[in-house]
Amino acid sequence: MDILRFATAGSVDDGKSTLIGRLLFDSKAIFEDQLEAVERTSRDRGTDYTDLSLLTDGLRAEREQGITIDVAYRYFATPKRKFIIADTPGHIQYTRNMVTGASTADLAIVLIDARKGVLEQSRRHAFLTTLLRVPHLVLAVNKMDLVDYSQERFEEIREEFTAFASKLNAPDLTFIPISALHGDNVVSRSENMPWYNGSSLLHHLEHLHIASDRNLVDVRFPVQYVIRPQRATDPAFHDYRGYAGQVAGGVLKPGDEVMHLPSGLTTRIASIDTYDGPVDEAFPPMAVTLRLEDDIDISRGDMICRPNNQPHAAQELEAMVCWMTDASKLSPRTKLTIKQTTRTARALVRDLHYRLDVNTLHRDESAQSLSLNEIGRVSLRVTQPLFVDDYARNRLTGGFILVDEATNNTVGAGMIVEAR
Amino acid sequence: MLQRDYTTSQLDVLEAEAIHIMREVAAEFERPCLLFSGGKDSIVMLRIAEKAFWPAPIPFPLMHVDTGHNFAEVIEFRDRRAAELGARLVVASVQDSIDAGRVVEETGRRASRNRLQTTTLLDAIEDNEYDAVFGGARRDEEKARAKERVFSFRDDFGQWDPKNQRPELWNLYNSRIRKGEHIRVFPLSNWTELDIWDYIRREGIEIPSIYYAHTRKVFERDGMLLADSEFITRDEDEQLVEMTVRYRTVGDVTCTGAVQSAAATVEEIIDEIAATRLTERGATRADDRASEASMEDRKREGYF
Repeated sequence: MDILRFATAGSVDDGKSTLIGRLLFDSKAIFEDQLEAVERTSRDRGTDYTDLSLLTDGLRAEREQGITIDVAYRYFATPKRKFIIADTPGHIQYTRNMVTGASTADLAIVLIDARKGVLEQSRRHAFLTTLLRVPHLVLAVNKMDLVDYSQERFEEIREEFTAFASKLNAPDLTFIPISALHGDNVVSRSENMPWYNGSSLLHHLEHLHIASDRNLVDVRFPVQYVIRPQRATDPAFHDYRGYAGQVAGGVLKPGDEVMHLPSGLTTRIASIDTYDGPVDEAFPPMAVTLRLEDDIDISRGDMICRPNNQPHAAQELEAMVCWMTDASKLSPRTKLTIKQTTRTARALVRDLHYRLDVNTLHRDESAQSLSLNEIGRVSLRVTQPLFVDDYARNRLTGGFILVDEATNNTVGAGMIVEAR
Repeated sequence: MLQRDYTTSQLDVLEAEAIHIMREVAAEFERPCLLFSGGKDSIVMLRIAEKAFWPAPIPFPLMHVDTGHNFAEVIEFRDRRAAELGARLVVASVQDSIDAGRVVEETGRRASRNRLQTTTLLDAIEDNEYDAVFGGARRDEEKARAKERVFSFRDDFGQWDPKNQRPELWNLYNSRIRKGEHIRVFPLSNWTELDIWDYIRREGIEIPSIYYAHTRKVFERDGMLLADSEFITRDEDEQLVEMTVRYRTVGDVTCTGAVQSAAATVEEIIDEIAATRLTERGATRADDRASEASMEDRKREGYF
């Protein structure tokens, strides 16, 4: 059994909470005490149905105001797979939360109300999904019961969205007509839509192949921590020196020739160690410890790669940046701390090329700054080289966060588009 | 040629994520510590710590906030496990906080030291100057926790501000704090109760005996089975009955309920949990039943 992480986008009106509630309920991930609590609160509020959004709205302010403030993580499992849902709200601070939820997602579900068709917000959701390079996108055309399960309506929406998606460089795209309220095509195939011969949503989630979405080609091992047991009880470990980290790309094997950055020195992998014994290979997302044949001065923030396949050692970065705070703005000359893989440096904003309107994809080149929830293309100069790849090639070596040096808050998320 | 399938099992993914988080903390903080209660989640967390730094010893101390109302079997287990690892165990005692006048013992039939723990915990963090504190909390436990970050920022007063959390993207964690502030770190955020048990089975991890079915004198209160104990005052109508029970969670004797169960092995426990219709906290924790937002309120004050 493996894990699929997916993000859901949409607002209450689209039936997102109902859909999640149904997935959780039908897979028995909602427990009686949780359901009782929701039913009780629904009654207290005078709602005449069980408001499943209360399951995900965990904070008091959310319940009081009937809104979702933050990304909520939900879990369910079927005999095939474990699922982690990053449930992001549709309105408040939408972009910031969607970007956060999508950053780790294998798949995103964008909900469309069959009556309303492709709205501005559907386009925005789809755009953010592709910006964050979520490998699989599901367009769930919901409330099919309210359009008489019309194949014509479904096809109309599919065509309209496909036309839009072609501009986005959209990944694997799947359309599923559903009714979250009645359960059509959610867990099992609906008898109300005999014209639809694809999978139910859950079947699609269960069977989608995701293992090859990871970058298994470019070896990238950001050194996270150096293990040198100084008081090891076993004398065999007195001279032990291992480089611990999580594989960010490629497949490493003992005996492989590798290069250390920034030194450019090459050596071979002597052994790939874990607590449970040495392993024959390591690939994402494994967390392992490498021992190397030669003594090289290696510390946290360094990178191990293959001599003929190196990341860019870049001090000038071009990136799409999403600004995530209302306490300040991003503008040229802003100084920030940047964290990318295991390396931390200082960064200076050299230029803001344009601000992107996430609804129309219009580029505003006259923009002077980025405010909360705004996205733009930015040039950064960093104080020491970062070992980066284009985000499109590797989400782990191409993504970074920006930290405000006065407040210590995480204020921006960046995706490298061009490393020099 | 057949393409090698790089599918990774859910336990391997969760373990790798937790190891990454632990190493990140060890690399970026001056004085981390790991909260170890002898409960199943902290036991799993401790095993992850062993794995993350092997063959070096775990590079931070363990801390337990001891209410004095714990199950004896669990305290025995806690001490033995720490000794086996050669780890330093810091015990912060609620009784000491009471004796020092930092908190006042609750009185009455429902008296519990649950809430008092927060002061003891925060005092210990401050006295020891811990800047990162590992906790075994999981997001599936409770809905306030479902929204908490892996790196959860706490201000000078140890408070959690749910509306002002740092965004957390990819596997990048922001460890920047000022002196006096700290980060609670939850490496098991994405694990479910069933994952914990599957992992205990896979790894052959020892857990305290009270998780397995045993005979115990209990009485019923508010639909929960509480143990006969010197720390609980029973009403006249609360009759003791001998039953075969086990514990799904391990907290204070005063607020942790047992469940009737014959599950005597990890396999039987897994079968039981897979079939259960109640969350572990809903079934067995009086502290979470107090109100719709009781966990959120305690967390805001600095609770685990």
